[in-house]
Amino acid sequence: MKPSVANRIVFGILAWIAALIMFFPILWMIVTAFKTEGQAIAIPPLILFKPTLTSFIDATTNAGYLLFALNSVIVSVGSTIIAIAIAFPAAYALAFFPGKRTEFTLMWMLSTKMLPAVGVLMPIYLGLKTIGLLDTRTALVAIDMLMNLPIVVWMLYSFFKEIPGEILEAARVDGIGPRQQMWHLLLPLSGPGIASTALLAIILSWNEAFWSINVTASHAGTLAAYIARFSAPEGLFWAKLSAASVLAVAPILIFGSLTQRRLVRGLTFGAVK
Amino acid sequence: MDQGSATLKATAPPAATRGSRQVNTLPMLLPAIIVLLLWSVLPLLRTLLYSFQHYDLMTPPATFNGGLNYRYLFTDPSTWIAIKNSVVLVIGVLAASIVFGTLIALLLNNDFPGQSIARLLAIAPFFVMSPVAALIWKNLLLDPVSGLFGWFMTLAGLHPIAWFSVAPMTSVIIIYSWRWIPFATLILLTALQSLDTDQLEAARMDGAKGFARLRYIVLPHLLRPISIVIMLESIFLLSAFAVIYTTTNGGPGDATTTLTYLIFIKALNDFSIGSASAAGVFAIVLANILAVFLIRAVSRNLQA
Repeated sequence: MKPSVANRIVFGILAWIAALIMFFPILWMIVTAFKTEGQAIAIPPLILFKPTLTSFIDATTNAGYLLFALNSVIVSVGSTIIAIAIAFPAAYALAFFPGKRTEFTLMWMLSTKMLPAVGVLMPIYLGLKTIGLLDTRTALVAIDMLMNLPIVVWMLYSFFKEIPGEILEAARVDGIGPRQQMWHLLLPLSGPGIASTALLAIILSWNEAFWSINVTASHAGTLAAYIARFSAPEGLFWAKLSAASVLAVAPILIFGSLTQRRLVRGLTFGAVK
Repeated sequence: MDQGSATLKATAPPAATRGSRQVNTLPMLLPAIIVLLLWSVLPLLRTLLYSFQHYDLMTPPATFNGGLNYRYLFTDPSTWIAIKNSVVLVIGVLAASIVFGTLIALLLNNDFPGQSIARLLAIAPFFVMSPVAALIWKNLLLDPVSGLFGWFMTLAGLHPIAWFSVAPMTSVIIIYSWRWIPFATLILLTALQSLDTDQLEAARMDGAKGFARLRYIVLPHLLRPISIVIMLESIFLLSAFAVIYTTTNGGPGDATTTLTYLIFIKALNDFSIGSASAAGVFAIVLANILAVFLIRAVSRNLQA
Protein backbone atom coordinates (compact mmCIF):
# COMPACT_ATOMS: atom_id res chain seq x y z
CA MET A 1 0.00 0.00 0.00
CA LYS A 2 2.21 2.78 -1.29
CA PRO A 3 0.81 6.29 -0.99
CA SER A 4 -1.44 7.03 -3.93
CA VAL A 5 -0.03 8.72 -7.00
CA ALA A 6 -2.32 11.69 -6.52
CA ASN A 7 -1.03 12.19 -2.98
CA ARG A 8 2.56 12.01 -4.09
CA ILE A 9 1.99 14.62 -6.78
CA VAL A 10 0.27 16.97 -4.31
CA PHE A 11 3.02 16.61 -1.72
CA GLY A 12 5.70 17.06 -4.37
CA ILE A 13 4.10 20.28 -5.55
CA LEU A 14 3.71 21.53 -1.97
CA ALA A 15 7.39 20.78 -1.30
CA TRP A 16 8.44 22.75 -4.35
CA ILE A 17 6.20 25.68 -3.37
CA ALA A 18 7.70 25.74 0.12
CA ALA A 19 11.25 25.59 -1.28
CA LEU A 20 10.57 28.38 -3.75
CA ILE A 21 9.01 30.62 -1.09
CA MET A 22 12.07 30.20 1.14
CA PHE A 23 14.44 30.85 -1.73
CA PHE A 24 12.50 33.72 -3.27
CA PRO A 25 14.15 36.57 -1.27
CA ILE A 26 17.59 35.38 -2.44
CA LEU A 27 16.36 35.09 -6.01
CA TRP A 28 14.92 38.60 -5.86
CA MET A 29 18.23 39.95 -4.57
CA ILE A 30 20.05 38.26 -7.45
CA VAL A 31 17.55 39.69 -9.95
CA THR A 32 17.89 43.19 -8.44
CA ALA A 33 21.67 43.00 -8.67
CA PHE A 34 21.38 42.83 -12.47
CA LYS A 35 19.22 45.95 -12.67
CA THR A 36 20.12 49.62 -12.88
CA GLU A 37 19.33 51.75 -9.81
CA GLY A 38 16.25 53.14 -11.56
CA GLN A 39 14.96 49.69 -12.49
CA ALA A 40 15.61 48.42 -8.96
CA ILE A 41 13.07 50.74 -7.36
CA ALA A 42 10.55 50.76 -10.23
CA ILE A 43 6.94 50.04 -9.32
CA PRO A 44 5.46 47.81 -10.61
CA PRO A 45 8.59 45.70 -10.17
CA LEU A 46 10.35 44.80 -13.39
CA ILE A 47 10.46 41.12 -14.20
CA LEU A 48 11.64 41.44 -17.75
CA PHE A 49 14.55 43.77 -18.32
CA LYS A 50 17.90 43.84 -20.00
CA PRO A 51 20.34 42.58 -17.35
CA THR A 52 23.37 44.78 -16.75
CA LEU A 53 26.60 44.26 -14.87
CA THR A 54 26.84 47.96 -13.98
CA SER A 55 25.91 47.39 -10.36
CA PHE A 56 28.51 44.66 -9.91
CA ILE A 57 31.19 46.91 -11.40
CA ASP A 58 30.09 49.88 -9.26
CA ALA A 59 29.94 47.76 -6.13
CA THR A 60 33.36 46.20 -6.53
CA THR A 61 35.14 49.40 -7.50
CA ASN A 62 33.56 51.16 -4.54
CA ALA A 63 35.67 52.44 -1.64
CA GLY A 64 37.34 49.53 0.03
CA TYR A 65 35.03 46.75 -1.18
CA LEU A 66 37.91 44.64 -2.39
CA LEU A 67 39.81 45.20 0.85
CA PHE A 68 36.82 44.00 2.85
CA ALA A 69 36.43 40.97 0.58
CA LEU A 70 40.11 40.18 1.04
CA ASN A 71 39.69 40.56 4.81
CA SER A 72 36.81 38.08 4.74
CA VAL A 73 38.96 35.54 2.92
CA ILE A 74 42.00 36.03 5.16
CA VAL A 75 40.02 36.00 8.39
CA SER A 76 37.85 32.99 7.60
CA VAL A 77 40.61 30.85 6.08
CA GLY A 78 43.24 31.96 8.59
CA SER A 79 41.07 31.37 11.63
CA THR A 80 40.00 27.98 10.27
CA ILE A 81 43.54 26.75 9.62
CA ILE A 82 44.66 27.73 13.11
CA ALA A 83 41.54 26.24 14.72
CA ILE A 84 42.09 22.91 12.97
CA ALA A 85 45.80 22.90 13.82
CA ILE A 86 44.95 23.32 17.51
CA ALA A 87 41.88 21.07 17.49
CA PHE A 88 43.36 18.16 15.55
CA PRO A 89 45.71 16.85 18.27
CA ALA A 90 43.13 17.65 20.95
CA ALA A 91 40.41 15.67 19.17
CA TYR A 92 42.90 12.84 18.58
CA ALA A 93 43.66 12.68 22.28
CA LEU A 94 39.99 12.86 23.27
CA ALA A 95 38.83 10.28 20.76
CA PHE A 96 41.56 7.65 21.08
CA PHE A 97 42.75 8.06 24.67
CA PRO A 98 39.58 8.68 26.64
CA GLY A 99 40.07 9.03 30.36
CA LYS A 100 38.13 10.16 33.36
CA ARG A 101 38.20 13.79 32.34
CA THR A 102 37.40 13.35 28.64
CA GLU A 103 33.70 13.94 28.93
CA PHE A 104 34.21 16.90 31.22
CA THR A 105 36.69 18.45 28.79
CA LEU A 106 34.30 18.07 25.87
CA MET A 107 31.42 19.53 27.84
CA TRP A 108 33.48 22.40 29.12
CA MET A 109 34.54 23.27 25.58
CA LEU A 110 30.92 23.16 24.49
CA SER A 111 29.95 25.42 27.38
CA THR A 112 32.34 28.16 26.23
CA LYS A 113 30.17 28.41 23.12
CA MET A 114 27.23 29.33 25.31
CA LEU A 115 28.85 32.51 26.55
CA PRO A 116 26.93 35.40 24.97
CA ALA A 117 29.45 37.48 23.03
CA VAL A 118 27.94 40.74 24.20
CA GLY A 119 28.73 39.77 27.81
CA VAL A 120 32.45 39.96 27.10
CA LEU A 121 32.31 42.75 24.52
CA MET A 122 33.71 45.39 26.88
CA PRO A 123 36.80 43.54 28.15
CA ILE A 124 37.67 42.27 24.66
CA TYR A 125 37.17 45.70 23.10
CA LEU A 126 39.16 47.52 25.79
CA GLY A 127 41.85 44.82 25.83
CA LEU A 128 42.32 45.05 22.06
CA LYS A 129 42.45 48.82 22.36
CA THR A 130 45.14 48.62 25.03
CA ILE A 131 47.40 46.33 23.02
CA GLY A 132 46.72 48.24 19.81
CA LEU A 133 44.94 45.42 18.00
CA LEU A 134 41.61 47.16 17.47
CA ASP A 135 40.66 47.09 13.79
CA THR A 136 43.29 44.51 12.82
CA ARG A 137 42.89 41.21 10.99
CA THR A 138 45.04 39.57 13.65
CA ALA A 139 42.41 40.32 16.28
CA LEU A 140 39.58 39.06 14.12
CA VAL A 141 41.46 35.89 13.15
CA ALA A 142 42.02 35.19 16.85
CA ILE A 143 38.40 35.90 17.81
CA ASP A 144 36.89 33.80 15.03
CA MET A 145 39.36 31.01 15.73
CA LEU A 146 38.37 30.95 19.40
CA MET A 147 34.66 31.14 18.59
CA ASN A 148 34.91 28.12 16.30
CA LEU A 149 37.47 26.06 18.21
CA PRO A 150 34.92 24.16 20.37
CA ILE A 151 32.83 23.27 17.30
CA VAL A 152 35.93 22.17 15.41
CA VAL A 153 37.11 19.97 18.30
CA TRP A 154 33.67 18.42 18.62
CA MET A 155 33.23 17.79 14.95
CA LEU A 156 36.70 16.26 14.49
CA TYR A 157 36.12 14.19 17.63
CA SER A 158 32.90 12.79 16.21
CA PHE A 159 34.60 11.90 12.90
CA PHE A 160 37.56 10.31 14.69
CA LYS A 161 35.18 8.18 16.75
CA GLU A 162 34.06 6.51 13.54
CA ILE A 163 37.56 5.38 12.66
CA PRO A 164 38.10 1.84 14.00
CA GLY A 165 40.51 2.02 16.93
CA GLU A 166 42.22 -1.18 15.71
CA ILE A 167 43.92 0.66 12.88
CA LEU A 168 45.70 3.01 15.25
CA GLU A 169 46.23 0.17 17.69
CA ALA A 170 48.03 -1.82 14.99
CA ALA A 171 50.19 1.18 14.23
CA ARG A 172 51.01 1.56 17.90
CA VAL A 173 52.00 -2.08 18.18
CA ASP A 174 54.34 -1.54 15.24
CA GLY A 175 55.96 1.18 17.31
CA ILE A 176 54.55 4.16 15.44
CA GLY A 177 54.26 7.14 17.78
CA PRO A 178 51.30 9.47 18.17
CA ARG A 179 52.79 12.14 15.93
CA GLN A 180 53.26 9.75 13.01
CA GLN A 181 49.84 8.23 13.66
CA MET A 182 48.26 11.65 13.36
CA TRP A 183 50.17 12.64 10.24
CA HIS A 184 50.24 9.40 8.31
CA LEU A 185 47.09 7.61 9.41
CA LEU A 186 44.52 9.92 10.90
CA LEU A 187 44.97 12.79 8.45
CA PRO A 188 44.38 10.70 5.31
CA LEU A 189 41.72 8.54 6.99
CA SER A 190 39.64 11.48 8.12
CA GLY A 191 40.14 13.68 5.06
CA PRO A 192 36.45 14.16 4.22
CA GLY A 193 35.63 14.80 7.88
CA ILE A 194 38.35 17.42 8.15
CA ALA A 195 37.15 19.00 4.93
CA SER A 196 33.57 19.37 6.17
CA THR A 197 34.80 20.65 9.51
CA ALA A 198 36.90 23.25 7.73
CA LEU A 199 33.98 24.26 5.53
CA LEU A 200 31.71 24.75 8.53
CA ALA A 201 34.33 26.87 10.30
CA ILE A 202 34.84 28.97 7.16
CA ILE A 203 31.09 29.46 6.77
CA LEU A 204 30.62 30.51 10.40
CA SER A 205 33.59 32.84 10.30
CA TRP A 206 32.63 34.38 6.95
CA ASN A 207 29.11 35.10 8.21
CA GLU A 208 30.20 36.29 11.66
CA ALA A 209 28.92 39.83 12.10
CA PHE A 210 28.92 40.76 15.79
CA TRP A 211 32.66 40.96 16.39
CA SER A 212 33.41 42.18 12.92
CA ILE A 213 31.03 45.11 13.38
CA ASN A 214 32.23 45.92 16.88
CA VAL A 215 36.02 45.56 16.80
CA THR A 216 36.84 46.68 13.27
CA ALA A 217 36.53 49.90 11.31
CA SER A 218 37.97 50.71 7.90
CA HIS A 219 41.03 48.43 7.92
CA ALA A 220 40.08 44.95 9.04
CA GLY A 221 36.32 44.86 8.49
CA THR A 222 34.88 41.83 6.72
CA LEU A 223 32.09 41.85 4.15
CA ALA A 224 29.50 41.30 6.89
CA ALA A 225 30.63 44.53 8.56
CA TYR A 226 30.89 46.31 5.21
CA ILE A 227 27.33 45.51 4.28
CA ALA A 228 25.93 46.26 7.73
CA ARG A 229 27.79 49.54 7.99
CA PHE A 230 27.35 50.91 4.51
CA SER A 231 23.69 50.05 4.38
CA ALA A 232 22.81 53.44 5.82
CA PRO A 233 24.69 55.79 3.47
CA GLU A 234 24.17 53.46 0.51
CA GLY A 235 20.61 52.67 1.47
CA LEU A 236 19.24 54.27 -1.64
CA PHE A 237 21.39 52.30 -4.01
CA TRP A 238 19.52 49.02 -3.99
CA ALA A 239 21.02 47.53 -7.09
CA LYS A 240 24.58 48.26 -6.00
CA LEU A 241 23.95 46.93 -2.50
CA SER A 242 22.31 43.81 -3.94
CA ALA A 243 25.29 43.22 -6.20
CA ALA A 244 27.67 43.59 -3.26
CA SER A 245 25.48 41.23 -1.24
CA VAL A 246 25.28 38.61 -3.99
CA LEU A 247 29.07 38.54 -4.17
CA ALA A 248 29.27 38.32 -0.37
CA VAL A 249 26.94 35.34 0.01
CA ALA A 250 27.69 33.43 -3.20
CA PRO A 251 30.77 31.52 -1.98
CA ILE A 252 29.05 30.49 1.22
CA LEU A 253 25.89 29.39 -0.58
CA ILE A 254 28.06 27.13 -2.70
CA PHE A 255 30.12 25.79 0.23
CA GLY A 256 26.98 25.30 2.27
CA SER A 257 25.19 23.29 -0.38
CA LEU A 258 28.24 21.08 -0.82
CA THR A 259 28.26 19.87 2.75
CA GLN A 260 24.82 20.48 4.17
CA ARG A 261 24.36 17.03 5.70
CA ARG A 262 27.69 16.87 7.45
CA LEU A 263 27.25 20.39 8.79
CA VAL A 264 24.45 19.20 11.03
CA ARG A 265 26.91 17.27 13.11
CA GLY A 266 29.00 20.33 13.85
CA LEU A 267 26.03 22.63 14.31
CA THR A 268 24.42 20.35 16.89
CA PHE A 269 27.64 19.14 18.57
CA GLY A 270 27.00 15.65 17.32
CA ALA A 271 23.56 15.49 18.91
CA VAL A 272 21.92 14.98 15.52
CA LYS A 273 23.57 13.04 12.72
CA MET B 1 20.08 8.38 14.71
CA ASP B 2 22.61 7.18 17.19
CA GLN B 3 23.91 4.29 15.18
CA GLY B 4 26.94 6.15 13.97
CA SER B 5 27.88 7.67 17.26
CA ALA B 6 30.54 5.53 18.81
CA THR B 7 30.25 6.30 22.44
CA LEU B 8 32.57 7.11 25.27
CA LYS B 9 31.22 4.48 27.61
CA ALA B 10 31.33 1.76 25.01
CA THR B 11 34.91 2.29 23.93
CA ALA B 12 36.37 3.43 27.22
CA PRO B 13 37.65 0.12 28.63
CA PRO B 14 39.77 -1.13 25.69
CA ALA B 15 40.94 2.38 24.90
CA ALA B 16 42.02 3.05 28.44
CA THR B 17 44.19 -0.04 28.60
CA ARG B 18 45.37 0.71 25.12
CA GLY B 19 46.68 4.17 25.55
CA SER B 20 46.52 6.29 28.60
CA ARG B 21 49.47 4.67 30.33
CA GLN B 22 51.85 4.85 27.39
CA VAL B 23 50.81 8.12 25.84
CA ASN B 24 50.78 11.44 27.59
CA THR B 25 47.87 13.28 25.98
CA LEU B 26 48.29 16.50 27.90
CA PRO B 27 50.57 18.22 25.34
CA MET B 28 47.99 17.52 22.64
CA LEU B 29 45.12 18.90 24.69
CA LEU B 30 46.88 21.79 26.34
CA PRO B 31 46.95 24.32 23.48
CA ALA B 32 43.19 24.04 22.98
CA ILE B 33 42.49 24.17 26.70
CA ILE B 34 44.77 27.14 27.36
CA VAL B 35 43.42 29.37 24.58
CA LEU B 36 39.83 28.53 25.46
CA LEU B 37 40.49 29.25 29.13
CA LEU B 38 42.01 32.60 28.27
CA TRP B 39 39.13 33.39 25.94
CA SER B 40 36.30 32.38 28.25
CA VAL B 41 37.50 32.99 31.78
CA LEU B 42 39.64 36.13 31.63
CA PRO B 43 37.12 38.39 29.88
CA LEU B 44 34.39 37.01 32.09
CA LEU B 45 36.28 37.98 35.23
CA ARG B 46 36.91 41.44 33.80
CA THR B 47 33.23 41.90 32.98
CA LEU B 48 32.44 40.89 36.54
CA LEU B 49 34.98 43.41 37.85
CA TYR B 50 33.70 46.25 35.64
CA SER B 51 30.16 45.53 36.73
CA PHE B 52 31.01 46.71 40.24
CA GLN B 53 32.66 49.90 39.02
CA HIS B 54 31.57 53.30 37.94
CA TYR B 55 33.45 53.24 34.66
CA ASP B 56 32.63 55.81 32.03
CA LEU B 57 35.04 55.81 29.09
CA MET B 58 34.50 59.55 28.76
CA THR B 59 35.38 60.31 32.37
CA PRO B 60 37.97 57.83 33.62
CA PRO B 61 39.28 56.52 35.94
CA ALA B 62 37.04 53.70 37.07
CA THR B 63 35.96 53.65 40.71
CA PHE B 64 34.18 50.96 42.67
CA ASN B 65 30.58 51.75 43.42
CA GLY B 66 29.43 48.61 45.14
CA GLY B 67 26.36 47.06 43.63
CA LEU B 68 25.02 50.34 42.29
CA ASN B 69 25.14 49.23 38.63
CA TYR B 70 23.01 46.22 39.49
CA ARG B 71 20.57 48.34 41.45
CA TYR B 72 20.14 50.66 38.47
CA LEU B 73 19.94 47.71 36.12
CA PHE B 74 17.02 46.12 37.93
CA THR B 75 15.15 49.35 38.69
CA ASP B 76 15.56 50.73 35.17
CA PRO B 77 12.36 50.04 33.20
CA SER B 78 14.36 49.82 29.95
CA THR B 79 16.03 46.64 31.26
CA TRP B 80 12.68 44.94 31.61
CA ILE B 81 11.51 46.19 28.24
CA ALA B 82 14.70 44.76 26.72
CA ILE B 83 14.15 41.42 28.43
CA LYS B 84 10.56 41.35 27.24
CA ASN B 85 11.74 42.13 23.70
CA SER B 86 14.34 39.35 23.86
CA VAL B 87 11.71 36.87 25.03
CA VAL B 88 9.25 37.95 22.31
CA LEU B 89 11.94 37.65 19.64
CA VAL B 90 13.13 34.22 20.80
CA ILE B 91 9.64 32.79 21.19
CA GLY B 92 8.41 34.28 17.92
CA VAL B 93 11.28 32.89 15.88
CA LEU B 94 11.20 29.55 17.71
CA ALA B 95 7.49 29.10 17.04
CA ALA B 96 7.99 29.86 13.35
CA SER B 97 11.05 27.59 13.09
CA ILE B 98 9.42 24.62 14.76
CA VAL B 99 6.12 24.82 12.88
CA PHE B 100 7.46 25.67 9.43
CA GLY B 101 10.77 23.84 9.88
CA THR B 102 8.94 20.59 10.68
CA LEU B 103 6.43 21.07 7.87
CA ILE B 104 9.07 21.82 5.26
CA ALA B 105 11.29 18.97 6.46
CA LEU B 106 8.36 16.52 6.20
CA LEU B 107 7.53 17.75 2.70
CA LEU B 108 11.12 17.57 1.51
CA ASN B 109 11.56 14.09 2.94
CA ASN B 110 9.18 12.63 0.34
CA ASP B 111 10.39 11.40 -3.01
CA PHE B 112 9.55 13.83 -5.77
CA PRO B 113 11.23 15.10 -8.93
CA GLY B 114 14.01 17.59 -8.20
CA GLN B 115 14.03 16.74 -4.49
CA SER B 116 17.69 17.51 -3.97
CA ILE B 117 17.45 20.89 -5.70
CA ALA B 118 14.34 21.82 -3.71
CA ARG B 119 16.26 20.90 -0.54
CA LEU B 120 19.12 23.18 -1.43
CA LEU B 121 16.77 26.07 -2.18
CA ALA B 122 14.85 25.63 1.08
CA ILE B 123 18.00 25.53 3.19
CA ALA B 124 19.87 28.31 1.37
CA PRO B 125 18.66 31.21 3.58
CA PHE B 126 20.57 29.76 6.53
CA PHE B 127 23.82 30.47 4.67
CA VAL B 128 22.97 34.11 4.02
CA MET B 129 24.84 36.38 6.44
CA SER B 130 22.56 38.38 8.75
CA PRO B 131 23.36 41.87 7.37
CA VAL B 132 22.46 40.70 3.86
CA ALA B 133 19.29 38.97 5.09
CA ALA B 134 18.36 42.20 6.87
CA LEU B 135 18.88 44.30 3.75
CA ILE B 136 16.98 41.99 1.41
CA TRP B 137 13.94 42.32 3.66
CA LYS B 138 14.34 45.94 4.65
CA ASN B 139 14.82 47.29 1.13
CA LEU B 140 13.69 44.87 -1.50
CA LEU B 141 10.70 43.27 0.20
CA LEU B 142 9.30 45.36 3.07
CA ASP B 143 9.99 48.92 1.89
CA PRO B 144 6.62 50.71 1.77
CA VAL B 145 7.40 52.63 -1.44
CA SER B 146 9.43 50.34 -3.66
CA GLY B 147 9.28 47.01 -1.85
CA LEU B 148 7.69 43.96 -3.38
CA PHE B 149 5.27 43.35 -0.50
CA GLY B 150 3.99 46.91 -0.71
CA TRP B 151 3.22 46.32 -4.35
CA PHE B 152 1.43 43.05 -3.54
CA MET B 153 -0.68 44.92 -0.99
CA THR B 154 -1.54 47.61 -3.52
CA LEU B 155 -2.56 44.88 -5.97
CA ALA B 156 -4.82 43.45 -3.30
CA GLY B 157 -6.39 46.87 -2.87
CA LEU B 158 -4.69 47.56 0.48
CA HIS B 159 -2.43 50.37 1.61
CA PRO B 160 1.23 49.39 1.81
CA ILE B 161 2.45 49.68 5.38
CA ALA B 162 5.75 50.95 6.71
CA TRP B 163 6.65 47.65 8.37
CA PHE B 164 9.54 48.90 10.46
CA SER B 165 7.50 51.72 12.03
CA VAL B 166 4.14 50.00 12.35
CA ALA B 167 5.30 46.53 13.37
CA PRO B 168 9.04 46.73 14.04
CA MET B 169 9.32 43.63 16.24
CA THR B 170 7.20 41.56 13.86
CA SER B 171 9.46 42.62 11.00
CA VAL B 172 12.59 41.64 12.92
CA ILE B 173 10.98 38.30 13.83
CA ILE B 174 10.12 37.69 10.16
CA ILE B 175 13.72 38.28 9.09
CA TYR B 176 15.21 36.06 11.79
CA SER B 177 12.61 33.38 11.09
CA TRP B 178 13.55 33.39 7.44
CA ARG B 179 17.14 32.60 8.45
CA TRP B 180 16.34 30.09 11.20
CA ILE B 181 13.47 28.07 9.69
CA PRO B 182 16.00 26.55 7.26
CA PHE B 183 18.24 25.66 10.21
CA ALA B 184 15.37 23.72 11.78
CA THR B 185 14.56 22.19 8.39
CA LEU B 186 18.16 21.05 7.91
CA ILE B 187 18.40 19.43 11.34
CA LEU B 188 14.98 17.80 11.21
CA LEU B 189 15.51 16.56 7.67
CA THR B 190 18.74 14.92 8.75
CA ALA B 191 16.95 13.32 11.68
CA LEU B 192 14.11 12.13 9.42
CA GLN B 193 16.54 10.41 7.11
CA SER B 194 17.81 8.29 9.97
CA LEU B 195 14.26 7.16 10.76
CA ASP B 196 13.95 3.43 10.44
CA THR B 197 12.04 2.84 7.23
CA ASP B 198 11.29 -0.78 8.19
CA GLN B 199 9.26 0.47 11.10
CA LEU B 200 7.25 2.77 8.83
CA GLU B 201 6.79 -0.02 6.33
CA ALA B 202 5.53 -2.35 9.09
CA ALA B 203 3.09 0.30 10.27
CA ARG B 204 1.92 0.72 6.71
CA MET B 205 1.39 -3.05 6.38
CA ASP B 206 -0.63 -3.00 9.57
CA GLY B 207 -2.88 -0.49 7.86
CA ALA B 208 -1.79 2.63 9.73
CA LYS B 209 -3.00 5.64 7.75
CA GLY B 210 -0.63 8.47 6.80
CA PHE B 211 -1.70 10.66 9.66
CA ALA B 212 -1.39 7.88 12.24
CA ARG B 213 2.11 7.05 11.02
CA LEU B 214 3.01 10.72 11.35
CA ARG B 215 1.46 11.05 14.78
CA TYR B 216 2.78 7.86 16.36
CA ILE B 217 6.08 7.17 14.61
CA VAL B 218 7.48 10.23 12.85
CA LEU B 219 6.70 13.00 15.35
CA PRO B 220 7.94 11.08 18.40
CA HIS B 221 11.16 10.42 16.50
CA LEU B 222 11.49 14.17 15.89
CA LEU B 223 10.96 15.16 19.50
CA ARG B 224 14.61 15.08 20.47
CA PRO B 225 15.96 16.89 17.40
CA ILE B 226 13.21 19.49 17.91
CA SER B 227 14.30 20.03 21.49
CA ILE B 228 17.88 20.45 20.29
CA VAL B 229 16.74 23.00 17.70
CA ILE B 230 14.87 24.87 20.44
CA MET B 231 17.92 25.04 22.68
CA LEU B 232 20.45 25.93 19.99
CA GLU B 233 18.23 28.57 18.45
CA SER B 234 17.46 30.12 21.85
CA ILE B 235 21.14 30.49 22.55
CA PHE B 236 21.84 32.02 19.14
CA LEU B 237 18.76 34.26 19.24
CA LEU B 238 19.49 35.62 22.70
CA SER B 239 22.67 36.99 21.11
CA ALA B 240 20.87 38.20 17.98
CA PHE B 241 22.47 41.42 16.91
CA ALA B 242 23.27 42.05 13.25
CA VAL B 243 19.73 42.15 11.83
CA ILE B 244 18.64 44.66 14.47
CA TYR B 245 21.80 46.69 13.90
CA THR B 246 21.18 46.79 10.16
CA THR B 247 17.44 47.47 10.19
CA THR B 248 15.98 49.21 13.24
CA ASN B 249 18.94 50.04 15.46
CA GLY B 250 16.79 48.98 18.38
CA GLY B 251 14.01 51.40 17.53
CA PRO B 252 11.68 53.02 16.96
CA GLY B 253 12.10 54.07 20.60
CA ASP B 254 12.98 50.83 22.35
CA ALA B 255 10.59 48.64 20.38
CA THR B 256 13.31 46.28 19.13
CA THR B 257 15.96 46.85 21.79
CA THR B 258 16.73 43.36 23.07
CA LEU B 259 18.97 42.68 26.05
CA THR B 260 21.93 42.11 23.73
CA TYR B 261 21.25 45.33 21.88
CA LEU B 262 20.76 47.28 25.11
CA ILE B 263 24.20 46.17 26.32
CA PHE B 264 25.71 47.15 22.98
CA ILE B 265 24.13 50.62 23.22
CA LYS B 266 25.28 51.10 26.80
CA ALA B 267 28.82 50.02 25.96
CA LEU B 268 29.71 51.41 22.58
CA ASN B 269 27.25 54.30 22.27
CA ASP B 270 27.01 55.58 25.84
CA PHE B 271 30.48 54.35 26.90
CA SER B 272 29.13 53.41 30.32
CA ILE B 273 31.22 50.29 30.75
CA GLY B 274 30.11 49.66 34.34
CA SER B 275 26.40 49.46 33.68
CA ALA B 276 26.90 47.64 30.39
CA SER B 277 28.95 45.03 32.25
CA ALA B 278 26.29 44.57 34.92
CA ALA B 279 23.77 43.91 32.15
CA GLY B 280 26.35 41.64 30.50
CA VAL B 281 26.69 39.54 33.64
CA PHE B 282 22.92 39.24 33.74
CA ALA B 283 22.84 38.09 30.09
CA ILE B 284 25.55 35.54 30.80
CA VAL B 285 23.56 34.13 33.72
CA LEU B 286 20.45 33.83 31.54
CA ALA B 287 22.40 32.10 28.76
CA ASN B 288 23.93 29.70 31.26
CA ILE B 289 20.56 28.60 32.52
CA LEU B 290 19.66 27.67 28.94
CA ALA B 291 23.06 26.10 28.39
CA VAL B 292 22.57 23.69 31.28
CA PHE B 293 19.61 22.17 29.45
CA LEU B 294 21.51 21.88 26.18
CA ILE B 295 24.55 20.33 27.82
CA ARG B 296 22.35 17.79 29.52
CA ALA B 297 20.78 16.81 26.21
CA VAL B 298 24.13 16.51 24.45
CA SER B 299 25.69 14.65 27.33
CA ARG B 300 22.84 12.16 27.33
CA ASN B 301 23.67 11.51 23.68
CA LEU B 302 27.33 11.04 24.50
CA GLN B 303 26.46 8.28 26.94
CA ALA B 304 23.52 6.76 25.09
